[in-house]
Amino acid sequence: MFRKFTREDIHSRSKVKSSIQRTLKAKLVSQYPKLEEVIDELIPKKSHIELIKCEDKIQLYTVDGEVLFFQQFDELIPTLRLVHKFPEAYPTVQVDRGAIKFVLSGANIMCPGLTSAGAKLPDAPGYEKDTIVVINAENKEHALAIGKLMMSTEEIKSHNKGHGVEMIHHLGDPLWTFTTD
Amino acid sequence: MPLQEVVYCGVCSYPPEYCEFTGKLKRCKVWLKENHPDLFTKLYGDDNGDVAAVAGKLAESSIGEEREEKLEKDLLKLQTKQENREQRELAKKLSSKVIIKREARTKRKFIIAISGLEVFEIDMKKLAKTFASKFATGCSVSKNAEKKEEIVIQGDVLEAVEAYIHSLLKEKGLKDVKVETIDTKMKKKKPEGAPTA
Ligand SMILES: [Zn+2]
Repeated sequence: MFRKFTREDIHSRSKVKSSIQRTLKAKLVSQYPKLEEVIDELIPKKSHIELIKCEDKIQLYTVDGEVLFFQQFDELIPTLRLVHKFPEAYPTVQVDRGAIKFVLSGANIMCPGLTSAGAKLPDAPGYEKDTIVVINAENKEHALAIGKLMMSTEEIKSHNKGHGVEMIHHLGDPLWTFTTD
Repeated sequence: MPLQEVVYCGVCSYPPEYCEFTGKLKRCKVWLKENHPDLFTKLYGDDNGDVAAVAGKLAESSIGEEREEKLEKDLLKLQTKQENREQRELAKKLSSKVIIKREARTKRKFIIAISGLEVFEIDMKKLAKTFASKFATGCSVSKNAEKKEEIVIQGDVLEAVEAYIHSLLKEKGLKDVKVETIDTKMKKKKPEGAPTA
């Protein structure tokens, strides 16, 4: 999603009013209920939230200069910076060590990388197709990517071939290296 | 659960546990040891021996000895490639030249044009702003005759600009880069830069 993202893709930047800040925070919590306990710490009342509208209807939200989440359609998606601060709020899968370098190069994740011994998928019923998932890696503490399930986690287990997760955002991509000034 | 403060590598920007995948591991390790010795020990063990770290990973990894060995080989290749690339880039930087030109606009008015900065990963617009406020004058980025970007400053500030560019390059560890000043009014060139030592 951010493979070719550059500063030239930015259309406009505007401050988010405090009334809309409240709506945004409520929306984040409704999407990721576990964020409720930390939302005021993540986005303090007096923080400066900026909306950066970009090409392809991508909208980035920065909180005090750091991009914490974004959206292309209705759904708010966390950035890795946000995930690293409070990882347990999101649906999560794990790839094996062999898949790490492919993930970091921006490739979609193949099913076998999610089903091998070093990988982890949730027990049934698992997650539905199109769920936004945080991607962890074998023997690593922190997430390395955010993706979208191209089939349900149960289907990934049973098919075990082809693409399982569409890459959205990973360590080192232009969104990761983006700074506001 | 409180919020976590994750350390990011000062070299590659990843959480240090992923440095091994960036091809910059050598420099990453130096940075980590200096800035977060405890984390260094956690990731790479007490001694600096790469052998021990690899052996440790082998024991933990699920992907099997053969695949792990291949992975390590690939990562090493990546590292060599990255190092070569960095060397090439450094050579390119060192061999390029910054030109600061003073031109007379009227009898008493001058402009200073700086070109050749593009290879140094300097944000030209930002630098122009810095100059504008530093010298309280007009400063902009424009394209010169060779279609390269240059910074144009209004006013006779040649010496100050020269000093600033030198300090900027020094900050980037590139103090050996040549900086040439051309003063078109005096019709005199004076080469500057590389120390003789
Ligand atoms: Zn690093």
